[in-house]
Amino acid sequence: MNRKRVGYAFLLALMLVAPAVVYPVLVMKILCFALFACAFNLLIGYTGLLSFGHAIFLGTAGYVAGHSIKVWGFPPELGLIFAALAAAALGWVIGSLAIRRSGIYFAMITLALAQMMYFFFLQAPFTGGEDGLQDVPRGKLLGVVDLADDYNLYYFVLAIFVFAFWLIHRTIHSPFGQVLKAIRENEARAISLGYDVAKYKLLAFVLSAGLAGLAGATKTLVFRFATLTDAHWHTSGEVVLMTLLGGMGTVFGPVVGAATIITLQNELADKVGSLVTVIMGAIFVVCVLAFRRGIVGELGALYKRMTGTR
Amino acid sequence: MAEDCILETRNLVKEFKGFIAVNDVSLKVRRGHIHALIGPNGAGKTTVFNLLTKFLAPTRGHIQFNGQDITPERPAQIARRGIVRSFQISAVFPHLTVLENVRIALQRKLGISFHFWRSDKTLNALDGRAMELLAQVGLESFAGMVTVELPYGRKRALEIATTLALEPELMLLDEPTQGMGHEDVGLVKDLIKKVSANRTVLMVEHNMGVVADISDTITVLARGAVLAEGPYAEVSKNPAVVEAYMGTTQA
Repeated sequence: MNRKRVGYAFLLALMLVAPAVVYPVLVMKILCFALFACAFNLLIGYTGLLSFGHAIFLGTAGYVAGHSIKVWGFPPELGLIFAALAAAALGWVIGSLAIRRSGIYFAMITLALAQMMYFFFLQAPFTGGEDGLQDVPRGKLLGVVDLADDYNLYYFVLAIFVFAFWLIHRTIHSPFGQVLKAIRENEARAISLGYDVAKYKLLAFVLSAGLAGLAGATKTLVFRFATLTDAHWHTSGEVVLMTLLGGMGTVFGPVVGAATIITLQNELADKVGSLVTVIMGAIFVVCVLAFRRGIVGELGALYKRMTGTR
Repeated sequence: MAEDCILETRNLVKEFKGFIAVNDVSLKVRRGHIHALIGPNGAGKTTVFNLLTKFLAPTRGHIQFNGQDITPERPAQIARRGIVRSFQISAVFPHLTVLENVRIALQRKLGISFHFWRSDKTLNALDGRAMELLAQVGLESFAGMVTVELPYGRKRALEIATTLALEPELMLLDEPTQGMGHEDVGLVKDLIKKVSANRTVLMVEHNMGVVADISDTITVLARGAVLAEGPYAEVSKNPAVVEAYMGTTQA
């Protein structure tokens, strides 16, 4: 238990000094996608629900944050909270409809509803269509800290990530999380023990959507614009890849997966151009065929084997 | 003597697109009894279970529990009323520990199951009760094991412990000894007998040895309808039953 604490403290220290070595905007982008993947993992890894339209929460919150900060003049902290709540509300609507079905039908309903929202954003005047919502000011945090400075913003983003990660960790290790795992393991049995599984699934969906929204809103602040790409189903697919690659149902898997994918995309984009998609596809195939538990899952299993705890 | 009867069905019918799986079943389960539901394959036993626990909605007919009509209720509501079922295939949570399996059942009464901000350490308060329940079914030494690693018979025992955690008035057991070796069957049989004190058990069971030994009343279903009802000694001599069912398995 203590070793875990030391591990977390070490990672946090590493993140605190990271911008001295790595370009802070890249790390911020990784943190945004890591948070997005963690939120997604709460559903697929701990509740057993595959949402195939999760990008819509990322995208919606991005627009809401952008619009509220740029047009309505919200301060950044308020814009983020407002955007996360908007994503949670959308999650409630989409979730209420989708949880009536399970398995592939659930995935298809989330995809269909997400596509409807995507076309709304494509047409709606306030989103700027394919140009995106540009020139969103970063503003001043609580009216004091100037976020236009990348380093200031970095520590703000890191704080958001740590808070959200803690919240997800707590949710997984809470009485509610226990029921979620029970639903994932054996839904019929959970019902027969008297749990209204639909309500638990819906709360998990809303939490996941809200946190995915927080990731999207933060991303808007980092890049100063909200884009249609974030709401596109490609992004929904990408988050599945990140989560599977890192390790579905592990606490750190999505973080590792997101960091790997984003870094690769970043490194490869100038060198191989559109071949990136092919490389991502190949990684996905190798991951599914060779190490199904993902990077963190396989490492965890290896550690268990080496320490001999069966 | 309406109070004597814990569960009653009236003219229960379930049709699947023209096929009548359950036909006009009127069943009375008396409080404190072990009531066995038997019949050849495809007789509709599991369908009756699914109707009673509302995993399926009846096409026609009514279900009364303690004199109240529960026909329109949802499965989770039925469970909260005290009717808890098991399943034909073992119903455990495979990747949780044995202790956690029982705790899931216990924690509902705490009323904190939606509290996602609370640490699961609050659930440790339930460990004592959970261990008692595990001890009742002889699983206390397996508490920390991941359930998927338990042998089959033990999984069924865990399932019973989990069901008992809800202190059900009525336990519905769907083939509790199915697929078990000789020793495990004896174990589970004794267990059912033991836990039936102060509660009612309705079970679907194929093993006639178990049915003969522990059940007070038997209902024989054939082709979705009730063929005979009564104690084992009486039912086993009924010529219609012998022809439809007993004759083939007891010969």
